[in-house]
Amino acid sequence: MSMLGLYGRRLLPQFIALAIILGLVSIAFPGFFNLQIQNGRLYGSLIDILNRGAPVALLAIGMTVVIATKGIDLSVGAVMAICGAVAASAITSGYSLPATLLLTVGVGVLCGLWNGILVAILDIQPIIATLVLMVAGRGIAQMVTNGAILTFNDEGLIFIGSGSLFGLPMPIVIWITAGILVALLVRRTALGMLIEAVGVNRRASTLAGVSTPVLLIAAYVLSGLCASVAGIIAAADIRGADANNAGLWLELDAILAVVIGGTSLLGGRFSIAASLLGAMIIQSINTGILLSGFPPEFNLIIKAAIIVFILVLQSPKLQGTLAFFSRSNAATKPAESKAK
Amino acid sequence: MKAKHLPLAATILIFVLSYALCAFQYPNILSTRVIGNLLTDNAFLGIAAVGMTFVILSGGIDLSIGSVIAFTGVFLAVMMENTSIHPLAAFVLVLIITTSFGALMGAIIHHLEMPAFIVTLAGMFLARGMAFVLSIDSIPIRHPFYATMKSFYLKLPGGGRLTLIGGVMLLVFALGILIAHRTRFGTNVYALGGGAQTARLMGVPTGLTTIMIYALSGLLAGLSGIVFSLYTSAGYSLATVGVELDAIAAVVIGGTLLSGGSGFVAGTLIGILIQGLIQTYITFDGSLSSWWTKILIGFLLFAFILLQKGILYLSRNNRALA
Repeated sequence: MSMLGLYGRRLLPQFIALAIILGLVSIAFPGFFNLQIQNGRLYGSLIDILNRGAPVALLAIGMTVVIATKGIDLSVGAVMAICGAVAASAITSGYSLPATLLLTVGVGVLCGLWNGILVAILDIQPIIATLVLMVAGRGIAQMVTNGAILTFNDEGLIFIGSGSLFGLPMPIVIWITAGILVALLVRRTALGMLIEAVGVNRRASTLAGVSTPVLLIAAYVLSGLCASVAGIIAAADIRGADANNAGLWLELDAILAVVIGGTSLLGGRFSIAASLLGAMIIQSINTGILLSGFPPEFNLIIKAAIIVFILVLQSPKLQGTLAFFSRSNAATKPAESKAK
Repeated sequence: MKAKHLPLAATILIFVLSYALCAFQYPNILSTRVIGNLLTDNAFLGIAAVGMTFVILSGGIDLSIGSVIAFTGVFLAVMMENTSIHPLAAFVLVLIITTSFGALMGAIIHHLEMPAFIVTLAGMFLARGMAFVLSIDSIPIRHPFYATMKSFYLKLPGGGRLTLIGGVMLLVFALGILIAHRTRFGTNVYALGGGAQTARLMGVPTGLTTIMIYALSGLLAGLSGIVFSLYTSAGYSLATVGVELDAIAAVVIGGTLLSGGSGFVAGTLIGILIQGLIQTYITFDGSLSSWWTKILIGFLLFAFILLQKGILYLSRNNRALA
């Protein structure tokens, strides 16, 4: 089978899920697929989904790599809040735009480095190691903004949140570029395979000569980096830094995006494209519920039901049962005796 | 002293030391009024944290409790407002709902072999969503029975009051300690946390235990919701967002290993009291901002994780030497 065919097959369930959701929404809201160009920029519900989904998509890129190493990063929402606060306070205290961006991204990298060192060097379980920053992070963000919502008027910074490039809103350009860059980095080099090796068996890959600590730290740094860019977008979008609400619960959405994308929480095989599709599925659900005129109170219930449905389909037990039936149809295989 | 008691001892030591430091600066912090309030203000968190302790001891996690507490509060408020049902009957009804909700999550985790993290995350969305569907407003509870319940308290020497909900929390902790250390179920929980495979081979009914653990967590989250509705006399669907994190932090600060299999319910009580003490200190001080609570709790978490790592490292070295 060709590479492309293999790739398409891996992404098929996510594409089908996305198509079903978009189809359902377009039944309830007929003008859903309309696109129009105004002032040299595309407008329409689809563009809106891509645009609103930018923070979760960015977080999902870093989260995919972290989860592939058998880790998890709970701190990304808090890191978003810290980075938004840093960006806002830097730009209002007179730093130039490049300096502000550099400083903000630097803080994100530092947060990732902290998580990575806890996980790789001190050998702390990822879920606890990143819990520390998740709990303390919002406090730190409030300290940076002095407890207030810091607003700013810098055109350059606002452009990142609401400007447009090649007719597409800036956030879309950023997350798609980031997705392509990271995917190329891990798939055109041996990096992706090494990350999967660490996720499957950390000890074995260390013994095989993989420098696991460096890889682990790099994964968390990438996650911190993605979170900082997402934080800048979120802050630029509302032209202010809200330490309490920026990125609130987005870590959960990002993890969901990765899980819907079919990457196992137990590490190993991962696909960045599938996670990005997962992020778009989540955003389509959110936007779709709003557009189709359901009372907003039902949002969470519908979201939970769809998530449970997708997860049940992906659950190892059910997959095992399905595989068992398809196998016993074809021919009785010794694998049967292995099935529980 | 055994290595497994060290984290608990360290937690108690830190609590006593920090209480002494606070008392040195503000002698009034020693008064029974402050202690009574410490128990009352943290009652709902403490009750939920007992459930969380069992879940974490078994190597799982329950992210749904904050939402379940909010759901319970809204459910009770809506029932009091729209029906003539007696609060006690409503309590029983809501406890049945939350317990079955927890049991259902446990069944999904066990039978579909899905990670607890994701299942309870979906549960968190579902419970919060149910609360939204019931009502998006903050509904006051004016039933006279609530006023009666709130008027119960035990007078402590020195003018402090041990309120009903503070007493309920202490009772739940006592029962939790009994269940964890004196029943077969408790032993099964520890066995499951030590290793699911090993536990199964030893004949522990892993499925039933998993379901019971999450049912217990649901039951206690429901009870915590009742206590919270007594505490605030209202039901609001946006209340208690993030309580699961506070509960997890209390469990870890209390010396329970997040990987499961080791820890004490009593430690969680100290964890809750340490968090409460930080808040009380900030209130006493008056000039410190509230975000210091979060930073300090984050720092404490970090310190305890390091401590546990150190103890594990030392005990391994000791074994290697022996």
